[in-house]
Formats: sequence, structure tokens, C-alpha cells
Amino acid sequence: MEAGMTAVDTAPTAVRIRHLLQLADSPLILGQQLGAYVGSAPILEEEMACANLGLDLLGHATMLLEYAAYLTNNSSDSDAQVTADTLAFTRDARAMYNLLLCERPNSDFAHVMVRHLFYSTWSLLLWTGLSESSDERLAAIAAKAVKEMCYHCSHSAGWVIRLGDGTAESHARTQAAIDELLPYVGEMFLDDARDSQLNELGTAPLPSSLADEWESAVRQTVQQATLAMPALNGNVYMHSGGTEGVHSERLGFILAEMQYLQRSYPGLTW
Amino acid sequence: MPADTQWPLWEVFVRSRRGLSHVHSGSLHAPDAELALQNARDLYTRRNEGESIWVVPSAAIVASDPDEKDALFTAPHDKAYRHPTFYTVPDGVQGM
Repeated sequence: MEAGMTAVDTAPTAVRIRHLLQLADSPLILGQQLGAYVGSAPILEEEMACANLGLDLLGHATMLLEYAAYLTNNSSDSDAQVTADTLAFTRDARAMYNLLLCERPNSDFAHVMVRHLFYSTWSLLLWTGLSESSDERLAAIAAKAVKEMCYHCSHSAGWVIRLGDGTAESHARTQAAIDELLPYVGEMFLDDARDSQLNELGTAPLPSSLADEWESAVRQTVQQATLAMPALNGNVYMHSGGTEGVHSERLGFILAEMQYLQRSYPGLTW
Repeated sequence: MPADTQWPLWEVFVRSRRGLSHVHSGSLHAPDAELALQNARDLYTRRNEGESIWVVPSAAIVASDPDEKDALFTAPHDKAYRHPTFYTVPDGVQGM
């Protein structure tokens, strides 16, 4: 560092790594779920669409996990070398920090699309905020992800509108999906000490700052779909814990499928 | 599957980034135009095939009858003076 230059304030490496893992785990788990949905979609074209959406999310997770691995391997107190693959396929549920929403099952097509509407609306807002991050590599990842998430939002919103404003059955199923998934939305907007620290350093937006825009965007779609959604700050009980490693039973099954191969044959490659 | 439970069929034309014309890439089923475009994007541009998509309802396309191929297209065969082969294309002219 030359005299006269001021160092850019960055969070401690451990905080940055933890933040990157949390950013990566939600698209990792949701991407895995969308991949598992292949073969169960209502129509072939939608199958391809869901597979593409899942691949986009896996791509985001890959970029973030590669960055986390880079930071881990280059930090002074690391002995073992990690890769994006070891981070994805060998962490147990207690060390995964994805949103609980991403664990919700592919119950039916309405659930898949409502879950994706909720997730992608939040993700687009988050990536948009992260594209201004003081962390250059994170900002570059975000700039790429923003372009992809725009499509995720319009695709899932279009389907929620068609399903809600559709037949009596599709309307009922979509309303049921909204009612069942809304309690998992609150977790997206919780702040903790780490979030405040990263926000102060300009690395990431505060999660709670995304809530209003999320609600107005989703409510617009829900209204067009002739569906009902109670206010977020009303009396809806909100689940949480996923971002702290406290997960539902569902994650165990998802990880068992996702991690089985690498855990049985560590280091196996194509 | 009975014909009336299928979504309408659409034909998809994709133009590559450096291409000049939309090329027929395939077909798909979709209930409306917007979803037809999105499905075409998901099905036919996965491998970076292109940057512009046209979707047309298959019912809107009128095609020539293959059995009438001789009647319609034999006439120009012998008329070499109509064929565009008697000039050299200058270097740098693109798209010929």
C-alpha cells in the first residue's frame, strides 16, 4: 500500500465467505429442485423452461461458490483446499444457509411457479443492489445475474397470471400455493449484524430494504391473477432459520439426493 | 391425445447474431403468443443459436404442395439466362 492511498474497507474474510455461501445456497438448492422437477412438468415446453431456470440458478451458485473457495484458499488460516464442488457437495444441512422457501417441495405446477415468482422477484432486487457492491467481483457476478433474473420474473409472473385467471381448479391451486408459501417470504427480509456490517461497507443492500418493492411487484402480479395475498406486515406468521443453518426436514432429502454421489465417491469426475 | 386438448402449434424461426434471415428451427405448442415466444427462447436458443425469434401459428402458414413440386418449379431449370451466376461478387460484399 503506497503512502497516501487509503485502503478500501472490506469486511473480514470470514464474514465475506459466510455471506457468499449464503448468497450461493439459495440458488443452489432451488436449482436442484427445478432439476428434480424435470419429468413432472405439465408440458414438454415447460419442462425445458424449468430446466433452463434451474441451470441459470446453478450458474449463479457456481460463480459465488468459486469466489468463496478462492477466498477460503487464500486466507491465512486455511490448511485444506476447497473447491466450489466440495462446498456444494460436502456441506451438511447445518452448514447450508439457503432460504427455507427454496426447500418447499414441487407439490404441483402452481407451487413451482408461485415459489419461483416469490424467489425471482426477491433475487432480482438483491442482484440489482449487489451490482453496485464495493466488492468488484461480486458486482460483476451480480451484473450477469440481473439479466437472467429478469426472464425468471417475467416467466413465473406470466404463469401465475395464467393460472390464477384460469380455470376454477388452477385458480384454487394457485391460491393454495400463495397461502402455503407466503409464510416463507418473511425470511428474505430479515437483517442481522452481518447484514448491517456488509451494508455499511457498501458490499450488500440491507435485506429489509427490499421488502416494499418486493411486495408491490408481487402484489401487482397477484392482483392481475385475480388472487388474494395478505399484507406482509400483517398477521402472517413468518418462518425463519434457514439463513442460520436451521432447516426443515425437506433439506435432508434434497441434500441426500444432491450430495450422494460425491459423498460416496469423493472427488469423482466425469 | 384428442386433437382439441392440445395447445395450438407454432412454427419457430430464429436468426443468429450474424445472420441475415430467420431460419426455421422447429415447432412447439403454446396457448398464446407471449408464451410461444418464451418457450421458443427456452427450446431453440439454448445453445446460443440466435438473437431474434419469430413465432407464427402453424395454421397461418400456407405451404406449397410437395406433389405439385414439378408443376411449380420445373420452368426455371432450363432458363440459364435467369440464374444469378454470371457476375463475380466483389470482395467485401456480405450476405451473398
